[in-house]
Amino acid sequence: MDSFYKNKIARAWWWKIIAIFCLVYTCYYGFIGKVPAMVVLHETIRNLYFHVTMWMAMMLMMLINAIYSIKYLSSLNKYDDLVAEESGKMAMVFSAAGLITGMVWANYTWGAPWTNDPQLNGTAATILMYAAYFILRNAIPDENKKAKIASVYAIFAFVMMFVFIMVIPKMYNSLHPGKGGNPGFNKYDLDSNMRMVFYPAVIGWCLLGTWLMSLNVRIRRIEEITEEN
Amino acid sequence: MKKTIILSILFLFVLVSAHAQDSNQVEMADALYANGKIYVVATVAAIVITILTAYVILIDRKVTKLEEKINQK
Repeated sequence: MDSFYKNKIARAWWWKIIAIFCLVYTCYYGFIGKVPAMVVLHETIRNLYFHVTMWMAMMLMMLINAIYSIKYLSSLNKYDDLVAEESGKMAMVFSAAGLITGMVWANYTWGAPWTNDPQLNGTAATILMYAAYFILRNAIPDENKKAKIASVYAIFAFVMMFVFIMVIPKMYNSLHPGKGGNPGFNKYDLDSNMRMVFYPAVIGWCLLGTWLMSLNVRIRRIEEITEEN
Repeated sequence: MKKTIILSILFLFVLVSAHAQDSNQVEMADALYANGKIYVVATVAAIVITILTAYVILIDRKVTKLEEKINQK
């Protein structure tokens, strides 16, 4: 019965303290910190700490999803599949947050909540692909078969996520910075003042996502063990 | 007469250029920062995130307790 102590990092506190510190720092200095004055964006550039970080956290969750899917295929350990499923769910939470915040931001800077931007459509395709991951999981009643097929699909979905979010938008004209001839944030705008908040913000939101995901995994473990007995 | 025309044109030019500079200035929420009220917003946001993460800590401790309870069985 030492299964709970196997994953010590999920029970450790140090990285959760870092997460809280980074988040409080972000929510305070995200408003106080100096930002460059830019046309169109004005003060909304501060959304970089809250909107862009959602996508970073989502991509981390999808990375964990892919890693644990590969791990499951080599180990066939049920626990690895559980982590993959929960990280996929957390990725959906962050994608919803990123999508809604993005629509609010776009409404006030680009004039419409949804523009026909390759980045936006690519993200929508990615979200649908991960929705299909859960539909696939629920469609197969056999536990082992479900985990195996879902793991293979998750690897495919992770690769396609890169194509949809990172590759295709760069080939077409996009309103997003860094795409289709638009200069990226880091070229001129992301000055040292913003970096001081942006990097802790990315770390903070990513760690918060990992924390919530690990909590879900632990609750699922408890559920499974109590059901077995 | 010539002098006043040149001076007035110069004055106009200065005025226009000053105005042009004004419109080039990107409008930021400087007033909000000048009177310091933005600190209230930042503090409130920081408090909200603190309380939410504190709640997550409580959930984490609850889960840990449950795990220990099952381990003792």
